[in-house]
Amino acid sequence: MSAFFTKSMARNVFYGGTLFSVLLFLALTFHTNQRISRRIPTETPSPEVARGKHLWETRNCVGCHTILGEGAYFAPELGNVYKRRGPAFIKVWIQAQPTKVPGRRQMPQFHFTDQQLDDLVAFLKWTSEIDTENWPPNIEG
Amino acid sequence: MQLHYQSQAVAKPYFIAAIALFVGQILFGLILGLQYVIGDFLFPAIPFNVARMVHTNLLIVWLLFGFMGAAYYLVPEETETELHSPLLAHVLFWIFLIAGALTVVGYLAVPYATLAEMTGNDILQTMGREFLEQPLPTKLGIVVVALAFLYNIGMTILKGRKTAISMILLMGLVGLAVLFLFAFYNPSNLVKDKYFWWWVVHLWVEGVWELILGAILGFVLLKITGVDREVIEKWLYVIITLTLVSGIIGTGHHYYWIGTPGYWQWWGSIFSALEPIPFFAMTVFCFNMVNRRRRQHPNKAATLWALGTGVMAFLGAGVWGFLHTLAPINYYTHGSQITAAHGHMAFYGAYAMVVMTIISYAMPILRGREANPERAQVLEMWSFWLMTVSMVFITLFLTAAGILQVWLQRVIPNPQAFMQVQDQLALFYWMRWLSGIVFFIGLVVYIYSFFTKDKLQTVEVGTVQPAAT
Ligand code: HEM
Ligand code: HEM
Ligand SMILES: [Fe+2]
Repeated sequence: MSAFFTKSMARNVFYGGTLFSVLLFLALTFHTNQRISRRIPTETPSPEVARGKHLWETRNCVGCHTILGEGAYFAPELGNVYKRRGPAFIKVWIQAQPTKVPGRRQMPQFHFTDQQLDDLVAFLKWTSEIDTENWPPNIEG
Repeated sequence: MQLHYQSQAVAKPYFIAAIALFVGQILFGLILGLQYVIGDFLFPAIPFNVARMVHTNLLIVWLLFGFMGAAYYLVPEETETELHSPLLAHVLFWIFLIAGALTVVGYLAVPYATLAEMTGNDILQTMGREFLEQPLPTKLGIVVVALAFLYNIGMTILKGRKTAISMILLMGLVGLAVLFLFAFYNPSNLVKDKYFWWWVVHLWVEGVWELILGAILGFVLLKITGVDREVIEKWLYVIITLTLVSGIIGTGHHYYWIGTPGYWQWWGSIFSALEPIPFFAMTVFCFNMVNRRRRQHPNKAATLWALGTGVMAFLGAGVWGFLHTLAPINYYTHGSQITAAHGHMAFYGAYAMVVMTIISYAMPILRGREANPERAQVLEMWSFWLMTVSMVFITLFLTAAGILQVWLQRVIPNPQAFMQVQDQLALFYWMRWLSGIVFFIGLVVYIYSFFTKDKLQTVEVGTVQPAAT
């Protein structure tokens, strides 16, 4: 770097560039948050969906699974599991865990009530209806 | 060799704790790696998700210990004044360590749902999101420790000399604390939850943490090369400008498929494609400064760590990040083993390595000598190569697994189910695990090097040797 580009010029470019980026990002964030409501199934998630999300979180499902591609990579994607398997299968599956097949990856038993299973399924259904720009590429997630 | 400022000594316990927690992180990584191939290993005592929380949370906590230790060490020296309150630094150390230990015990001892109930998650629901799994009291504890820490560092800088290195470090640390506040925002709308979750995760590692990274590297290079401060600080400003200009809008590379508008595929792809540039600049910076060195510092190990950080951060974040950052590619690789490959090399190459760089430079001085005895340095350099090369292999095996995974599950016309695909990747997962064992051996050698005494030769204390030019 040559002599006419001094440290204080570099510093000013830093402050200017950062400020510009932050403002642009905030503007995009504002616009995006206006748009999100059009891209989700219901403007505000219903109480069942909210309870389902709470169950999803307090059981740390994301510690093994991905949801819309984010989380852990140990177990299948669940953002579209409602479409892949349907509600009845999901409930039976959760109740049947762990499979105890020797050597196979195991999922814990969470002892959910029927109401809790319904809430979870409501959350997964809601999630499967988000407009994700056609991700995942196919139903296998 | 004496410390320039007595209060720098508070950095020592922070560095020791960082290394201890690092060991815990890797042990749990090995458990995870085994569970990938022997699915029921340690089940139900330690399910995968629990081991994973311990692995990733220990990572973050040991890096934070490293950053805080680095700040306590370099800020007094940069500002040319004693730390505002060494006592506060000591108290915070114990608070943070005990809070961290209790959290890990909580993860391991009780089911997560019970932990959530016990710790008041219903008051404010923040738990159960990747990396932000900590119970509410822990999260609040982190905020309190961060605020008190910033107060201590801020007061020190306020009364002393204000160098660019310390100001950049401070900006990074303030940004770290401020962005963590988004951990408390968890709306029931999953899309918004995810949108702001990335404000913690992405804006940390591809934003403010890079300021911390740059400042620490700049400081160590300044000390070991004796290059003019003006030059180093000018480089730093250029690097962090490139970082934030690419990295802030670059957050968009996480907004492709989570329910956010399609325009993010453009914003995210274009800006994040620029993100490797600051990492490349950092590589050039490291080599440039070492080549232009005006002194031959006796701590060769620290020089190696600094150069290694420059290279590995670029490979892990820059190259492996670029690999999957463009939207049309990310459409296939999103949330696959490719992500895991990148996550490992980037975290190791940038942040684990920069913490080991400052430890390598500062720890000998904190123990009363300019550099470690030759034998200790040789061992430390062995550990550098063992850990770094095995991390390269971990990344390569995960990348191979990821390519196959994406192909079988997402590309071919009759795609296979997730678990069916996983079964076919077992060979790569075994190789990753073996590389992990080598990594662990490297870590053991690293720790052993701290206890290695000299055979006979001693290093001249406090002398500056001319560069061999
Ligand atoms: C012995 C070496 C290691 C092994 C066997 C190992 C194994 C693993 C495994 C199996 C996972 C979970 C992947 C999943 O979600 O399915 C994981 C996650 C992770 N590990 Fe490691 N790990 C090791 C060392 C490290 C090191 C040295 C670092 C960083 C310095 C690190 C950082 C991470 C991160 C950031 C994640 C989360 C990745 C993501 O979300 O994409 N690990 N590790
Ligand atoms: C030192 C800096 C970096 C670190 C520590 C880092 C770490 C990570 C981690 C841990 C993840 C996984 C997050 C999750 O669990 O969902 C991730 C995802 C990602 N990173 Fe980085 N990263 C860094 C820099 C970069 C850079 C510079 C780029 C782009 C050039 C990049 C591109 C990506 C992309 C596209 C994803 C999303 C992958 C997916 O869709 O699954 N990263 N990064
Ligand atoms: Fe990112």
